[in-house]
Amino acid sequence: MNSVDSVKAPGAVDTTTAERAAASPPEAAPSRISALLRVPTLGPLGALLLACVYFSFASGRFLTGGNMSLILQQVMVVGTLAVGQSAIILTAGIDLSNGAVMAFGSVVMTKLAVAGGLPVWLAIAAGIGVCALFGAVNGSLVTLAKLPPFIVTLGTLNIAMALTHITSKEQTVTGLPTVLMKLGDTFPLGQTRVTYGSVLMLVLFAVAWYVLRHTAAGRHLYAVGDNPDAVRLAGVDVRRQLITVYTIAGALYGVAALLLVARTGVGDPQAGQTENLDSITAVVLGGISLFGGRGSIVGALYGALLVGVIRNGLQLTGVDSVYQILITGILVILAVAVDQLARRRRK
Amino acid sequence: MSSRITSLAIAGLAAAFTLTACGSGGSSSAGGSAGSGGSGSITVGLITKTETNPYFVTMKKGAQAEAAKDGVKLLTAAGAYDGDNAGQVTAIENMIAAGVKGILITPSDPKAIAPTLQRARQQGIVVIALDTPPDPQNSADALFATDNLAAGKLIGQYAKVRMAGKTAKIATLDLTPGVDVGVQRHNGFLAGFGIAEGDPSIACEADTSGDQAKGQTAMENCLQKAPDINLVYTINEPAAMGAYQALKAAGKDKAVTIVTVDGSCTGVGALTQGQFAADSQQYPLKMASLGVDAVMTFAKTGKKPSGYTDTGVSLITATPAAGVDSKDASYGQSNCWGS
Repeated sequence: MNSVDSVKAPGAVDTTTAERAAASPPEAAPSRISALLRVPTLGPLGALLLACVYFSFASGRFLTGGNMSLILQQVMVVGTLAVGQSAIILTAGIDLSNGAVMAFGSVVMTKLAVAGGLPVWLAIAAGIGVCALFGAVNGSLVTLAKLPPFIVTLGTLNIAMALTHITSKEQTVTGLPTVLMKLGDTFPLGQTRVTYGSVLMLVLFAVAWYVLRHTAAGRHLYAVGDNPDAVRLAGVDVRRQLITVYTIAGALYGVAALLLVARTGVGDPQAGQTENLDSITAVVLGGISLFGGRGSIVGALYGALLVGVIRNGLQLTGVDSVYQILITGILVILAVAVDQLARRRRK
Repeated sequence: MSSRITSLAIAGLAAAFTLTACGSGGSSSAGGSAGSGGSGSITVGLITKTETNPYFVTMKKGAQAEAAKDGVKLLTAAGAYDGDNAGQVTAIENMIAAGVKGILITPSDPKAIAPTLQRARQQGIVVIALDTPPDPQNSADALFATDNLAAGKLIGQYAKVRMAGKTAKIATLDLTPGVDVGVQRHNGFLAGFGIAEGDPSIACEADTSGDQAKGQTAMENCLQKAPDINLVYTINEPAAMGAYQALKAAGKDKAVTIVTVDGSCTGVGALTQGQFAADSQQYPLKMASLGVDAVMTFAKTGKKPSGYTDTGVSLITATPAAGVDSKDASYGQSNCWGS
């Protein structure tokens, strides 16, 4: 998408071996690169801590174990979507379909478990499966048909939404077996009760961080986002790489669907209408560049948490909820501005 | 370089918070000032379907006014869109964390919200549904709402008298299949008019989602199907407004009687101009103020509200029909919601 831009910015923050080999001679010394590596998550982390400090003073109910656990629980669905969204955005793509795909997955798994009488694990597998299939379709259209990700996922957004309504017949699926809501249950951690689903989200972030940072496949993913042509010349199968990324992201949306079901206790055909933009918001707030190839997935976790903290904190302090949307909007613009500034300064 | 970027981010965040602080000072002055008055620290939560619909804005104003009067603190929240269940679940959780005694809620998705309402009640919080019952209805302690069947009946009875001596050709512009509010108003209208579903006088039935643009499209299509329609029932005022636009474009607005449900200030205004013949007015302000009072009573005495409370409905019309109780437009104007 932005290969020209990337070539002109050789000192990209998340420069990897493959990318450096492919893009241009490395002008920056390794020490400087390793110093810069930490930058993208520094802003989001600072903002998150600042918000926490502010709300701790503003409300006596904010800084409690229970409330921190609650925020994690409220963020787990968007956070899990953001793991997939981050991977796609790092390849210089974007996924507008993830909320709708998640809603479809949640209706499929609940419908199969309740009306279809399938064993719960099979229903869950089917739900995650259809989401992965959607991801594979997105990836194939982006690579094989060479369509822009924005358009492809706008199309699959509508397809997934329609399929959700057709499958559910516009009816919310209720009376779920309790096993399906297991991830919404809690376990004690000291004085605090923590939701299993929150832990699952954190584990997914940890795994994604490891894969992206410490495996060849992960480094290739960054490189694909930075300069696909150069990566192809370097001998990496870009198509296969992209299809794999979209498919795995799809499967993650299936996990998000399971978390959504566990959290709300129903299969809701009207769900997922804002989650695509919510997950992009988390990614952008996390300092991941929308132009691909730059940023850390941990940032997306901070971004998701920041939105959750602001929403929760404003509610606790009794501020009207529209101001949460206002602040989020300001922060998104700020995050993109910071990204642009960082790019320009590097030139 | 990195420090500059970070400081920029922090400065921006600080600016954002300052903005909010200013904004909150203005917006929550009605309820907020009372809350800070240290009045036994009773907190009430109000969760509406959206922030933007004038109906819910009025509900919020009613709750704020009552909260200020009763000296309780009011927290408000809403879903991102009509049907946003997850957003309402999050709001309930946050309000529980904020220590509310009771939650007033207009469920966006009556079935989907039920498990969360039950969880809130298990924690000793009183839950009152406003306007829309959850499904099952007993997942809330109480329901304060318009009797939608009665609202439909009133405009049905009115239309019957107005159409006396003429052969009625009816179009019904409905809500969405399977949504109770729409079904009840529709059935109420038919009952009030004295006909059953499938009666030959019903020339056209269409869904509008209660949306003006869809209402207009539906009316246009109905006119294609039956050009001699002379009575239009609409689920709400936006649908009625859409129907009026379509009829006006077709040059038939004078010959057709439109009846509707809502009673907003905009709607009563349209009625005064002769666009609608009759309007069943409902009272969201009352739902909210009764709700705040009920939570306060619960907090002070431990007595929970229960069952269904009818918040009333009045027939508003500028041209009264013999034998049907109605109020005039000026009554409608002084009791209308929105602005």
